[in-house]
Amino acid sequence: MTLSYQTFSEPQAASRFLAERRDAWLLGGGTILVRRVNEGDISISTYVRLLTPELKQIHVADNTVRLGAGVTMATIAKTPVLAFLAPIARSIGGPGVRSAATVGGNLFARSPHGDFGVALLVLDAVVCIEGPEGCNELDLETFFKSRRQLARGSIVTAVRFRRPMPENFRFVKISRVKPNGAAVLSIAALLSRTEGHVSAARIALGAMANTPVRAHNLEAALKETTLTPRDIERAVVSAAAGTTPSSDAIASEWYRKAVLPVHLRRLLST
Amino acid sequence: MTKVPVQMTVNGEERAEFVDSGMTLLKFLRDKIGDLTAKAGCLQGTCGTCTVLIDGEPRLACVTLVEDCRSGTIETVSGLSEDAELHPLQQALLDHFAAQCGFCTPGMLMAAKALLDSNPHPDRAEVEDALSGNICRCTGYEPIIRAVLSVSGSNACGDTAERERCDGNK
Amino acid sequence: MEISKSYFADERHGDFKEIGQSRQRSDTAGHVRGITPFYADRHVPGLLHLRMVRSPHHHARILRIDASAAERHPGVKRVITAMDVPHNVYTVLSLINIGPEDEPVLAFDKVRWLGEPVVAVVADSERSAYEAAALVRVDYEELPAVFDVEDALKPGAPLVNEYHGQNYYRYDSGASRKVRLGDVEAGFQKADYIIEERYDSSPIEHAPTETTGCIAVPDQNNRLTCYTGTQAIFFTLDNASIILDVPGQRLHFVGGTAGGGFGGKVDCTVEPITLLAAMLTGRPVAFIYNRYEEMQISSARAAERIYIKDGLTKDGRIVARRVRCYVDSGAYSRHSPYGAQKAAAHFPGPYTIPNVEIDCYCVYTNRTPSSAMRGFGVTIADFALEVQMDKLARLVAMDPLEFRFINAYRDGDMKAHRQLTEGAALIECMQEASTWANWPVDSRYLKMSSRERKG
Repeated sequence: MTLSYQTFSEPQAASRFLAERRDAWLLGGGTILVRRVNEGDISISTYVRLLTPELKQIHVADNTVRLGAGVTMATIAKTPVLAFLAPIARSIGGPGVRSAATVGGNLFARSPHGDFGVALLVLDAVVCIEGPEGCNELDLETFFKSRRQLARGSIVTAVRFRRPMPENFRFVKISRVKPNGAAVLSIAALLSRTEGHVSAARIALGAMANTPVRAHNLEAALKETTLTPRDIERAVVSAAAGTTPSSDAIASEWYRKAVLPVHLRRLLST
Repeated sequence: MTKVPVQMTVNGEERAEFVDSGMTLLKFLRDKIGDLTAKAGCLQGTCGTCTVLIDGEPRLACVTLVEDCRSGTIETVSGLSEDAELHPLQQALLDHFAAQCGFCTPGMLMAAKALLDSNPHPDRAEVEDALSGNICRCTGYEPIIRAVLSVSGSNACGDTAERERCDGNK
Repeated sequence: MEISKSYFADERHGDFKEIGQSRQRSDTAGHVRGITPFYADRHVPGLLHLRMVRSPHHHARILRIDASAAERHPGVKRVITAMDVPHNVYTVLSLINIGPEDEPVLAFDKVRWLGEPVVAVVADSERSAYEAAALVRVDYEELPAVFDVEDALKPGAPLVNEYHGQNYYRYDSGASRKVRLGDVEAGFQKADYIIEERYDSSPIEHAPTETTGCIAVPDQNNRLTCYTGTQAIFFTLDNASIILDVPGQRLHFVGGTAGGGFGGKVDCTVEPITLLAAMLTGRPVAFIYNRYEEMQISSARAAERIYIKDGLTKDGRIVARRVRCYVDSGAYSRHSPYGAQKAAAHFPGPYTIPNVEIDCYCVYTNRTPSSAMRGFGVTIADFALEVQMDKLARLVAMDPLEFRFINAYRDGDMKAHRQLTEGAALIECMQEASTWANWPVDSRYLKMSSRERKG
């Protein structure tokens, strides 16, 4: 079967096409999809390219950011208003990958990849999903839980989130290969404080499950504390409980669980 | 099988070809226009041997569709030097013994060119980042990093501890 | 760069012209221009593409192969099975005058490792070849498999390789390559300390940036040209000639450039089948490993398990050493019998030990066949030997470098394989290393010489 490449300038038309054709897949940067075709995945025969301008746009209004799903990591890394996300975008592969890898693609990347989604998880992000019938919004945590059960033809067109106070936002990605190797694990944290007490805590973990996940137990343990070393220790000591990291070429399940508390402690102590 | 037209500039020259739909830029360069400098090391976008520049940005040709490159400006190693004289980066790799088997060399050159075109005086960390998508199995990277730094005019060796280690290797 | 001329000064003629001079490699200019011709750097009109159907099982009987759907698939020019291969066995060992041969080019009755080649599909595009390969149907009956070298040698272990009849290569010396000197049991009796340690290494993949492969092109005059990345070009030509039953002068191999070999491109596994495909179709054919094949299917350095038992006296002399080394050849021999033999010759290391017993086994398991890699047969042995030396030094509370000075061989010492040591320079290397590594040793070691035993 020969390959074909279809372009659409309208999300709903693209969505309908994708819903009808089981061999058609939406193309982002190509790092996942074209790779699979190169490696002999014969279930993919049609590339679908969505050309709507909004896909590549970044809108900032008050403190709400809307990122088109086609915005690349390279673009994010050099956008001043997204400076707090630049280190994360820069850690996603080398320059060639970053020039191609998209926000949308990263949301579907398999663990241990998908670090950009880890950061978004602590920012109350909402995913805009275009289906054959129209547009829906889904909070990112629910998206990750159900991303493999989305209706055929669903297209993620944008992500919306609140820009945090830079001093409240922290992120670390632990890699063996430096720089820019895939994650052993990654952690995002958004900690708001009122008079020294943690008034709101959001913690997200990457490579500790089959998608980025929120660490609700950890958040509850940190809330109302003043982040003393004792508070942090009490919170992180059981952080690995309930996590389900994989064993892969980067690290074993055992190792990921063993080092998670260490890196959490360091991140929360900065 | 229907073919589709694509048109772009490769190393300063206008190219127009009819291609099979879904063709990668790498296959286009190697099979269609006979530019064999970009290599197929993994076809996964992980080794960097297919690195070329598209509109000045480093890109992995093996996972880029040529249909997405219409009207683009493509640069490969073939365009680095037109005659007997080498591009400074090529000369630097030669002078620093920064190639052994040579398979990663074209990708390294284009990744380095992308860096220096936008940042003529990078420090060592920036050079490492620029080459972080290119795998070399022969040299251990150090000669390549020094070669790129030598073109940038920066100190080949950075802070004191690095300089001691670095000078010891000479 | 300095040359330390004070060592062996009476043997030097002082006439180095090249050594010590900085010289440009002859190939770098081509590399930086991107014009070095790797095997795939060819434009070949009418090129066909070969994809291999491989065993999904570690160990299984082949009951039936049905390639009819693949043969009918659009774009497919030929499907090749074992019956099409004139001499269906690699001749790696017979070309170095040992045997038996033991690896089919294409499997016919059994598969012995996950990934073993079974059916070759040749089509006018990579995509067609992948699609057709997915249509080949092979019925298998799975068999118990063995993955551990010592398990493979236990009675009742599944038989991996019928060409041998047992799970080890039979040398003329028996089940192992043997080295014997003196009487190790007597040596152990005399020792003040005895330690036995076990060392294990995993298979190590070369992971070259260029994958294994070749392009075979039928020429005029009934010849075939093969562009290949092999490191063993003449050897591969000979193999191909025998396998294809084609006189050597009809084969023209073009190569000598590998995008990283490191010993991993010496197994002749792509050229014969690709040449056969070119002969059967009359068209040029390319067989290029994808990255999965390069990492999983192509040979890696053999995993080894090494037991070293040493007898040591209080004054730091090793008086007896027994080594048992198991080389995991995987499902087939390739070069491993030779590698295990090299290991036997390499043990017990560059040390003078009066009582030595070495046994090196080349063992078959249902794993990817292993092969050469830098320091073939000796690199892992050195890992085991030198870690052991450090442990011995600690046992007698000696500095590890000084401990090696005491045990290092000198000219005139009898080596374990009954050769007198000559031209030794280990003492001098360690003296120089002591300075450069800033690892001081007592002055008496700096007065030692390889030319005579004193101290």
